[in-house]
Amino acid sequence: MDFVVNWLANVPGFAVPFALAALGLIICEKAGVLNLGAEGYMLVGAMAGAGVMLSLDVHPLAALAVSALAAGLLSLLFALLVIALRVNQVISGLVIVFFAQGLTALIATSQGWTNRAFSGLQDLNFGVLSSLPGVGRIVFQQDLMVYLTIVIFAVVVHVLRATHVGMRLRAVGENPEAADAAGVPVGWYRTGAVVVGCMLIGLAGGYLSVAVSKIWVDGMSGGRGWIAIALVIFARWQPWPALAGAVLFGCIEALIPRMAAIGLQLPQYFVLMLPYVVTLAVMVWTSLSANRRSGQPAALGQPFVREERR
Amino acid sequence: MNAIMGHMRGTVRRGPDGADVPPALVLAGISKTFGDFAALSDVDFDLRPGEIHALLGENGAGKSTLMNIVAGIYTPDSGRVAIKGQPVAIRGPSDAQQLGVGMVHQHYKLVKPFTALENILLAHPGGSFRAARSRLEALTKDALDRIGFDVDLNRTVETLSISEQQRVEILKVLVAGATIVILDEPTAVLTDDEAVRLFKAIRSLAMEGHSIVLVTHKLSEALNYADRITVMRGGKVVRTVLPTEVTEAELTELIVGSAISERSHRAGKAGKPVLKLRAVERSDSRGGKLRNLTFDVRAGEIYGIAGVGGNGQNALVEVITGLSRVDAGNMWLDAHGDVTNQPSDRMRRSGIACIPSDRHSDAIAGELRIADNYAISGVIEGRYGSVARVDRRGIAADTQDAIRRFEVMGVRGPYQKAGLLSGGNAQKLVIAREFSGKPSLIIAHSPSRGLDVRASAAVHEHLRAARDRGAGVILISEDLDEVLVLADRIGVMNRGTIVAEFEAPADRQMIGRAMVGHG
Repeated sequence: MDFVVNWLANVPGFAVPFALAALGLIICEKAGVLNLGAEGYMLVGAMAGAGVMLSLDVHPLAALAVSALAAGLLSLLFALLVIALRVNQVISGLVIVFFAQGLTALIATSQGWTNRAFSGLQDLNFGVLSSLPGVGRIVFQQDLMVYLTIVIFAVVVHVLRATHVGMRLRAVGENPEAADAAGVPVGWYRTGAVVVGCMLIGLAGGYLSVAVSKIWVDGMSGGRGWIAIALVIFARWQPWPALAGAVLFGCIEALIPRMAAIGLQLPQYFVLMLPYVVTLAVMVWTSLSANRRSGQPAALGQPFVREERR
Repeated sequence: MNAIMGHMRGTVRRGPDGADVPPALVLAGISKTFGDFAALSDVDFDLRPGEIHALLGENGAGKSTLMNIVAGIYTPDSGRVAIKGQPVAIRGPSDAQQLGVGMVHQHYKLVKPFTALENILLAHPGGSFRAARSRLEALTKDALDRIGFDVDLNRTVETLSISEQQRVEILKVLVAGATIVILDEPTAVLTDDEAVRLFKAIRSLAMEGHSIVLVTHKLSEALNYADRITVMRGGKVVRTVLPTEVTEAELTELIVGSAISERSHRAGKAGKPVLKLRAVERSDSRGGKLRNLTFDVRAGEIYGIAGVGGNGQNALVEVITGLSRVDAGNMWLDAHGDVTNQPSDRMRRSGIACIPSDRHSDAIAGELRIADNYAISGVIEGRYGSVARVDRRGIAADTQDAIRRFEVMGVRGPYQKAGLLSGGNAQKLVIAREFSGKPSLIIAHSPSRGLDVRASAAVHEHLRAARDRGAGVILISEDLDEVLVLADRIGVMNRGTIVAEFEAPADRQMIGRAMVGHG
């Protein structure tokens, strides 16, 4: 019982970065921009957050805001490449990852931020509720971002589903020609989606350093950006299933230290591999079920060029 | 301004209260060129309020170009546009929309996973999402009732049939407040029943005071459903007539023009059939439908296939070259027997060569060198060495030779990018390659499209030469003049089958009637 409570109480902390990153990717990709740079934006967000915590005396939420802004800034470069210059989106995304890896290591080292612990975002205390047995620890002893994540999801889902902006954004990702004919500024919508989406991914990265590890280590996102990309496919580009997937992956990640703690011998790399096995299985399944749409936006990865008006 | 007023005077008519009702739309002296090609020259057109005006002509006559100018897709080089008596400048689709012009294009611009209503909403935001949604739903339902359409607005577009998708496009235009509605070949994708229902709806729109332009190449539609007919040919208006004052034959002559006797063709000595198609069927897919298609092509003849584009010509090319399978029927090649549904590489090795209609996307790899483009089929056949080694010197020599023999101009050397060649020279390169394997059957689809007179004459000469050395040549062309000049026999393709065959010299009017006939 203790094992289960310990385990589940740790799940939200592991799930939040996956969830926010996947949601950010969904926003980008619903607008038709394939964003493989998630790992890079997470690193930038994580480093920016840690940097603020180490050098300024501010609330951790302010540090997280800086994480989002830093990633948003970097995403402008990506947007310039793929939207204005129509560079291949796959290559641009990969370049962003490697660029961010080098950049974050360079800045953090030169500023002396590496491997320095700080007091990050603390868990909330709801008094009586938090001391309930079991449920109290799992539901009522989490940090603010855990609850905020659910709010962010609700807001994004509403915007995508039931506003002009969301509908136009989806139209841009499904059929930019039709959206253009309907008077939607395709390029601006895509740019907006990239910036907002990448800010969420940066927030996910900031959460890793500011709330989870409370320390900056080079390359600390550790492949979570890639898992988030797979999660989006797994969730068929829908936010709530993406959140469910993030929780599932969070469960797997939270299991690893628990199992080590009770001395259970499962090969560590097998567990680390599990998310990708699940992803592979889901991708095979979606491509085999021919009559069901994968949910992938039809214009994903395609630059938009308006037909020459002569 | 004076000129416009002067032009309009002739078409002003009296409204019910005796006041002058200006025409809904007047186009005066519109010209438009694309590069060297004059798509429209000095075109006049007028549209009265509440009428259905058919714009009739063959493909490439300039009908769509003219209407795209009204819809703001193209800007004219010269000429004037007036709407409801006011001179206007249409700089883009949004200008056109504000002036009350709505065009339903041949290719629908709909977001497939969205519902019909969402697609309409996308083009007409304003107010809160929910308010806009219910306002538009009411507006659209109202429009649906008025014109007798039946569309479930809450189904996604991808689950709607083609005719329902078309109705959504028309609704989009109506909800935008269009008073001038342009329909570009609206029945091209509809069944006969659907077309009849569409015309009923169009008529009720006209009764409401909408002015309709019906762009079509089908005679019967213009005769049966239009109030007036304007015939275009070669970028010019031939005449505007009332459907009651012309016969079908007269209209046909207006569309295809009177016979201009060009260079007489030399009929080759036709041998036995090299290709036989028997009752070939192919259901609808990208290239169109084939139904009960039967014909022979003999050695040493050019078999011309005349017809309006989109009547199965692409499907025919795909079937003969082995790019797509047939659902029923058989195909025989002389010396190879039954070759039905053989893959394309087998068909090629059996002596079939193809000159596709879109040379830059289907016949040439623009990023590769001229030599590579020329030699690719030879390399596959093993003419230039083995898998492990390619005889580059042989390729270069053969390419040089081909460039010279086929007079491919504008070439600095065999290692230049093929994409840099102009249309005519690219086509000559394609022909050089396709003829290099000494094919027994050549299928050429619109081989002179977009070429100037000299280049097309050269292309024609090469096709004749192939015939004279005993190959069977299939010439598919939407240009009736080209078919008449080249072909020894002519089959007319309409709705996926050969509806009539003629021996050269053939009667132009009879071919024209078979091309545009209904059924």
